[in-house]
Amino acid sequence: MTVNLVLLQLFTGLALGSVFVLLGVGLSLIFGLLTVVNFAHGAFYMVGAYVGVFALAHLGNFWLAMAAVPIIVGGMGLVVERFLVRPLYGRGIDYPLLLTFGLGLVLVELVRIIYGLEGVPFDVPEVLQGAVDLGIGWFPLYRLFLIVVTAVLVFALWLFLEKTSYGLVIRAGASDPEIMRVLGVDISTVWLVVFGIGTGIAGLAGVLSAPMTSVIPDMGTTVLVQAFVVTVVGGMGSLLGAVVAGLLVGVVVSMTALFYPELSDLAMFMLMAAVLLVRPQGLFGRKGLMG
Amino acid sequence: MSDTAEPRPKAYWSRIVDAIARHRALAVLVVLLIFPFVLPYEALASNIVIFGLFALGFNLVFGYTGVLSFGHAAFFGVGAYGTGIAIVHLGLPWWVAMLIGVLAAGVTAMIMGALAIRTRGIYFAMVTLALAQCVYYIVYQMKGWSGGENGLNGVIVGQIDLGFASIDLLDPMQKYFFTLTFVALAIFIFSRILASGFGAVLEAVRENEDRARACGYDVRLTKWLAFVISGLFCGLAGALNAIHLSVVPIEILHYHMSGQVVMMALLGGMGTFFGPFAGAIVFLLLEDVVTTMTTHWQLILGLVFMACVLFFPRGVWGSVLQWVRR
Repeated sequence: MTVNLVLLQLFTGLALGSVFVLLGVGLSLIFGLLTVVNFAHGAFYMVGAYVGVFALAHLGNFWLAMAAVPIIVGGMGLVVERFLVRPLYGRGIDYPLLLTFGLGLVLVELVRIIYGLEGVPFDVPEVLQGAVDLGIGWFPLYRLFLIVVTAVLVFALWLFLEKTSYGLVIRAGASDPEIMRVLGVDISTVWLVVFGIGTGIAGLAGVLSAPMTSVIPDMGTTVLVQAFVVTVVGGMGSLLGAVVAGLLVGVVVSMTALFYPELSDLAMFMLMAAVLLVRPQGLFGRKGLMG
Repeated sequence: MSDTAEPRPKAYWSRIVDAIARHRALAVLVVLLIFPFVLPYEALASNIVIFGLFALGFNLVFGYTGVLSFGHAAFFGVGAYGTGIAIVHLGLPWWVAMLIGVLAAGVTAMIMGALAIRTRGIYFAMVTLALAQCVYYIVYQMKGWSGGENGLNGVIVGQIDLGFASIDLLDPMQKYFFTLTFVALAIFIFSRILASGFGAVLEAVRENEDRARACGYDVRLTKWLAFVISGLFCGLAGALNAIHLSVVPIEILHYHMSGQVVMMALLGGMGTFFGPFAGAIVFLLLEDVVTTMTTHWQLILGLVFMACVLFFPRGVWGSVLQWVRR
């Protein structure tokens, strides 16, 4: 076991963590504003991968497909928020959760009807094939691409939320929607947009991980659980928390896979249990935001 | 429907519902006793009482304490695996095996509950779901004991000798009444728990957690106890399910199973005594009918789930109660 091997595994963990970051950010953004836990998040991730397959087959261009996925899946999110989630506001925190759980079942089964149970291949374009020398060893280029895309996306999201006036409205809406209404802001539209952004990012996460995992209708099931672990570790409603926890969970999983392979499935749950014992609101969660 | 048009029949129905509510454990029993004779086959009746018990146990946390758990598959599954492993690998008699299953589910609930009650509100659902999935992975990996993805086969209890009588569990009707004996006992105990002071504290926590705390009740301990008791009931349901099916499939631990029990409680009417059984009946009959017509049961399930949340949040029994008491 050399240092280089451990360092390479660290990068593998960061690539894995990047997917967790994207999922966690979407989940956290939606929760932070709408106080809705989106149980269909894994299903949107899966739909993202299938939309990617579909778009690639019809557009024939990987980059166009990549761009189309968040728009299409985000658009689906808009429809879902407007017609399914919105009637439930003010009726208790459990109802949107239960609704999105049902929606997840429907989406998975619909994809099963259209594409069947067999895995669908999703090939990486030639530019992103192969491996690069990081100085510590060879690392798959696609995984590096994944890390970079995630970093760029998170940075863009941060700019949008912190530096634009619409981002200001979103942040204000998260802390006090009532006041925003009084000030004449149409908060319903803000919620709609945020739900769309969150699901769009989930779809993007799905298509980005499509070349690394098999594209099957059930691919969102485990991912949903992993996304929950990330949000619990990071703290609900915190973007920084989702980023740090996503990378942390990715690295912890890949490190246990290296040192104690038999524990790799359980590692993230141990991490979650430890966080719950020490800091139940999550690493970056605010105490008040748990209710 | 206006109240002035026909007040008399309504008052009449209201009296009937009140009478049923007073003798709730008895009422459930009467229905369950005639059950296998009206359903198309006895195995469906056994399924309904088992899942009814599962939903009943779940409802203690969801309906009465007001906390949504998405991890109850773990208790159902551990109860089933505990019983199955004790019979298949340890060769223990059926009643010891069931006891082991129920206790194992209780211990699982103690650990999961201790971690999950550290969080509040919506977090609870996520944490219980994640922990239950952790149980799934653990059982999945203990291939030597649990059979891994193939499930645990050969949980066979053929003949039970009680000294004065013997029960043949290969006969579906006798198996139904064997199962019903345990379910009836559980319903009675459950009814007693709800009627006790502890039951009142549970509802106080549901209605207003802060006020319950201000009244001097230990909210965390109450929630944890409710969680553990709920786990014991669900473990018993799992144990009965293992004996009923003679196998323990790994899917029993998956979070879709947790979703199913949430659905049953929701369909029947959460926080009502009869709701879980009404929900189990509707759910399993629907499943029975739909699966003969299409393989895409999950699609129908999801649509019904969404429709329930959007248009029918009180469920079957909850709607009946609302209608007669309005």
